Amino acid sequence: MADISPYTEARPSQAGKIALRWGLYLLLGLFAIFYLMPLFVMVMTSLKSLDEIRTGDLISLPREVTFDAWRTAWSGACTGIQCEGMRPYFWNSMLIAIPGVAISTLLGAMNGYVISQWNFRGANIIFSLMLFGCFIPFQVVLLPMARMLGMMGIAGTIPGLIFVHVIYGLGFTTLFFRNYYVSIPSELTKAAKVDGAGFFRIFWSIFLPLSIPIIVVTVIWQFTQIWNDFLFGVSFSQAGTQPVTVALNNIVNSTTGVKEYNVDMAAAIIAALPTLLVYVVAGKYFVRGLTAGSVKG
Amino acid sequence: MSPILEINNLFKSYGSTEILKDINVSIEEGDFLVLVGPSGCGKSTLLNCIAGLEPISGGALSIGGRDMTTVSPKDRDIAMVFQSYALYPTMTVAKNITFGMKVRGVDAATQAEKLAYVAQQLQIEPLLKRKPGQLSGGQRQRVAMGRALVRDPKLFLFDEPLSNLDAKLRVEMRTELKALHQRLGASMVYVTHDQIEAMTLATKIVVMKGGVIQQIGTPSEIYNRPANLFVADFMGSPAMNLIPAKTRSSDAGTHIEIARENDAPIVLSDSKNRDLPQDVILGVRPEDIADAAKLAGGEAQGAECLIDIVEPAGADTFAVMQLGGKHVTARLHSETTAAAGLPQKLTFDLGKASYFSPDTGLRLN
Repeated sequence: MADISPYTEARPSQAGKIALRWGLYLLLGLFAIFYLMPLFVMVMTSLKSLDEIRTGDLISLPREVTFDAWRTAWSGACTGIQCEGMRPYFWNSMLIAIPGVAISTLLGAMNGYVISQWNFRGANIIFSLMLFGCFIPFQVVLLPMARMLGMMGIAGTIPGLIFVHVIYGLGFTTLFFRNYYVSIPSELTKAAKVDGAGFFRIFWSIFLPLSIPIIVVTVIWQFTQIWNDFLFGVSFSQAGTQPVTVALNNIVNSTTGVKEYNVDMAAAIIAALPTLLVYVVAGKYFVRGLTAGSVKG
Repeated sequence: MSPILEINNLFKSYGSTEILKDINVSIEEGDFLVLVGPSGCGKSTLLNCIAGLEPISGGALSIGGRDMTTVSPKDRDIAMVFQSYALYPTMTVAKNITFGMKVRGVDAATQAEKLAYVAQQLQIEPLLKRKPGQLSGGQRQRVAMGRALVRDPKLFLFDEPLSNLDAKLRVEMRTELKALHQRLGASMVYVTHDQIEAMTLATKIVVMKGGVIQQIGTPSEIYNRPANLFVADFMGSPAMNLIPAKTRSSDAGTHIEIARENDAPIVLSDSKNRDLPQDVILGVRPEDIADAAKLAGGEAQGAECLIDIVEPAGADTFAVMQLGGKHVTARLHSETTAAAGLPQKLTFDLGKASYFSPDTGLRLN
């Protein structure tokens, strides 16, 4: 009996622990449901027919699953007079986002490398000014930017939009890379200099291979920014070069007659899918990269 | 033959702060030059100036007889080992060692041959495929050395390469480094704040303080004839005893009088050094104050002193007493009878004594 008593004493606190654990799960589960509710409603609505939406409940499961709305949203929905669906605009967004992300990430890496590892006069001032660029509200720059794009002859084109996104992404990408590279000991650069490597060689052979985590962070950040952008997209595009966000707005706002909720929902999900995918695929690297500090050699 | 490294009137300043003032050093081929001094004395900056990693503000610098004052690091024919090892984290050990050759466009066969030779020299063959993150401190140190050795440069530069290692490994690597220097006959410049490292490795020591060279000399010159109070105090462990004293000349030589609290002054005589000023600071190494039985040389003189503290250190026992208002350490035999609080008969040997001016701190004899 004497042997058992410690266990019997421990039991209530053990039960308390389990209760606490389940309490936490319950709470977290409730929050998750709360956050997922809108997505759930969107997905369910997109799978219902218009009749069912009109007669049924907002959160009920579809009686009959139909992908008609998705088909229409992808290739048949009308934006004003054209009825091509989201498809052409989806590709526009890809054509803008992929080069935009690649160029701004590469330039940001180079900027961060120069500012953190090649001490030159005024490096800190330049960095502060670039940081300032992160906090400028985009509305402020719309008019000067429109004028500039016009002067450069790329107004209303996809290269023009890439240019705008690269410029306004640079502040953030530089910040990310600079903060990452600043923790790399300067002796590494010195050793490479003595070894005979030059500016680009050191960047390419030593710094870029070290940068995978921060590259992932920057790519996710930039892709999300560029893909989700509406203001620049609506301001600096013309018919044929509009990104997916603008197209979504046009589909939702320019329908005549019956409001096709199921098509709107499907279009919205299509517009959001790539960023969701990027998070799912690279999300864990995002957190890891943000928290990763020094590189221990 | 021209010196392998020659520095003339080198100045270095950041803005208005002068870091290095009028540095003049030259070493011959095969020399092991150690730059030593407390932190912030400018020794690492000087090394970076030699490497070309920091531009100099004035003066000239030549390596192997060629003027290198404005030449970029890669063309100076040097190799450098850093305190943090600075191994390229994403490359394997083999790639780390061959990176310099790859950058310079050396063909693959030569690279492999040199790599094999260096790996064998440093016994790092089993590590070649690993990344730096998978190595211990000592192994990283070897790889860093390998990266320097493979270059076969005119001049090796070491920036406190042993200070990140634990005490035991540090002593091992020190010996190994010395053996390596003897085997290769290479010219080396080595920065350290550890005066024991400086003494054991160097063929020539530069003691620095506040960006100014205090003394240049062989280890024995620095140890036995320090140029000023700073060098005397900095080099040697335990440090040289620096005791304020008064002198009195007579026909037999100089009498040196050291005041004591609550006791008659100790009077010692020195037959070699004459014409000393009245007030001096007497510098005596701890090993020149010993048990009465031990030292019996020509200049040995006995005196009885009250011992305050006894510190056994294995091979020796250090006894601390109060002379001339200063703590004075004597290096006694390990089986000494000295005990704290009791008087002990000690022998002073002034054969190697140094005298310094209390005003300027400079050496007088």
